[in-house]
Amino acid sequence: MINVGEVTETNKMIEKENLDVRTITLGISLLDCIDSDINKVNENIYNKITTLAKDLVKTGEDIEKEYGIPVVNKRISVTPIALVGGAACKSSADFVSIAKTLDKAAKTVGVNFLGGYSALVSKGMTKADELLIRSIPEALSCTDIVCSSINVGSTKTGINMDAVRLLGDVIKDTATLTKEQDSLGCAKLVVFCNAPDDNPFMAGAFHGVTEADAIINVGVSGPGVVKTALESVRGESFEVLCETIKKTAFKVTRVGQLVAKEASNRLDVPFGIIDLSLAPTPAIGDSVADILHEIGVEYAGAPGTTAALALLNDQVKKGGIMASSYVGGLSGAFIPVSEDQGMIDAVEAGALTLEKLEAMTCVCSVGLDMIAIPGDTKNTTISGIIADEMAIGMINQKTTAVRIIPVIGKKVGDTVEFGGLLGYAPVMPVNGFDCSAFVNRGGRIPAPVHSFKN
Amino acid sequence: MEKAAEKSIITVVGKDTVGIIAKVCTYLSEHEINVLDISQTIVQDYFNMMMIVDMRNSNQSFFDTSKGLEELGEKIGVSIKCQKEEIFENMHRI
Repeated sequence: MINVGEVTETNKMIEKENLDVRTITLGISLLDCIDSDINKVNENIYNKITTLAKDLVKTGEDIEKEYGIPVVNKRISVTPIALVGGAACKSSADFVSIAKTLDKAAKTVGVNFLGGYSALVSKGMTKADELLIRSIPEALSCTDIVCSSINVGSTKTGINMDAVRLLGDVIKDTATLTKEQDSLGCAKLVVFCNAPDDNPFMAGAFHGVTEADAIINVGVSGPGVVKTALESVRGESFEVLCETIKKTAFKVTRVGQLVAKEASNRLDVPFGIIDLSLAPTPAIGDSVADILHEIGVEYAGAPGTTAALALLNDQVKKGGIMASSYVGGLSGAFIPVSEDQGMIDAVEAGALTLEKLEAMTCVCSVGLDMIAIPGDTKNTTISGIIADEMAIGMINQKTTAVRIIPVIGKKVGDTVEFGGLLGYAPVMPVNGFDCSAFVNRGGRIPAPVHSFKN
Repeated sequence: MEKAAEKSIITVVGKDTVGIIAKVCTYLSEHEINVLDISQTIVQDYFNMMMIVDMRNSNQSFFDTSKGLEELGEKIGVSIKCQKEEIFENMHRI
């Protein structure tokens, strides 16, 4: 029988330490919506989404009430639209019409975000892929809750540098088209290397072609819970530290597993995976940087940060893996800047730079995330930053991503406000030396050798 | 066939006053909810109670019970929370 201590512990995690289920994401395959007539495609997409996802939000809310655990977001991921629209879309405008349909369908069913305005171009771009990528600035500025992601590289294929160069322009254009809202459009666009097919987190979620017709993926979170647990082991050895993180991650993940199973049963959609991630929010105490501080670095970015993050990420996985039957997605600690008050403080204190963040991405999921840079940063420099991050993913056989926001009209030291879960961010300096000759070469970086690891 | 137990955990937290348990139990009995276990402590005048109840024969839905208890709590000045047992089972038992 459950005892008072256990009930109190769980409820304290929920009420005081921001334990929540970050997202229930319903993955929907749109492959059966393909048609050569663009109007028909739009109609099929709208009907499929609004039919399959009609009870998603209510189910999430019911689970929330019954178990007393907040289910913060209910989201949808769909098949990469470049594949779905390829047969019908003759222009970027055609793709934009699909983006509008997705936005409308998502709003009809009441979800927070819909991801999958995507293309997978790790080796090469088809005509449709390129049209979709070129349509992104327009698509993200005329929709509200559609998210876009592009996979430009993988360990098996190398990096598609033509796409990387194109995305430098696309990110800048997206920033320009949404400059009235502090270039918010770029917060809905992620560039990936080794993108997972089953990621429930935005903005990078899409429903991979290896997936079933519909699937429930759940993302758990609880940086505040880990931080509070670590407060009780201050000064103890690494063994005690790691054990504490593992136990906490186990408990957090078990809640996610329960919610995922329930959602799957009630919606009659198979359960896919649990994404074991520490996803911070701007709320006080819900911060990964605060965990790093508790582990022992003054600010995120101080020497020791990369090692602290590496052990944190690994222990979260070790604890979480036993708690769930299926683990997938991104699974690790997220280190977005604008969504994490501790990270923002570290940047403002001068402890955390873009270069240190890049080093940290070598040992955790996911990458350079929600980083505001000056609006006059050159397009080729943005491409260079992307190429660096993709190379880390390619060589280390991990997922890496870039979600960077060149804020038009803002310079280093200014602050941008995105609002809600996206938070606010100080504009960070970028290394100003030129890389255009590198970026403009064209072609692709070959796949790396898989032996002789050093 | 007899219905399986539908266990829920009710937690009551607030300033101690006369009749908290009585009022909560009256509400539960009115709605055919069986109390399986009660444990209760008072720390510095603060009342802290946990009840394990079985709702299988309840004459109203879980949501109505949960809402009803919440409203009752507001009336007597304590916070009452009702959650299905699985969340605790899953978190604390392997």
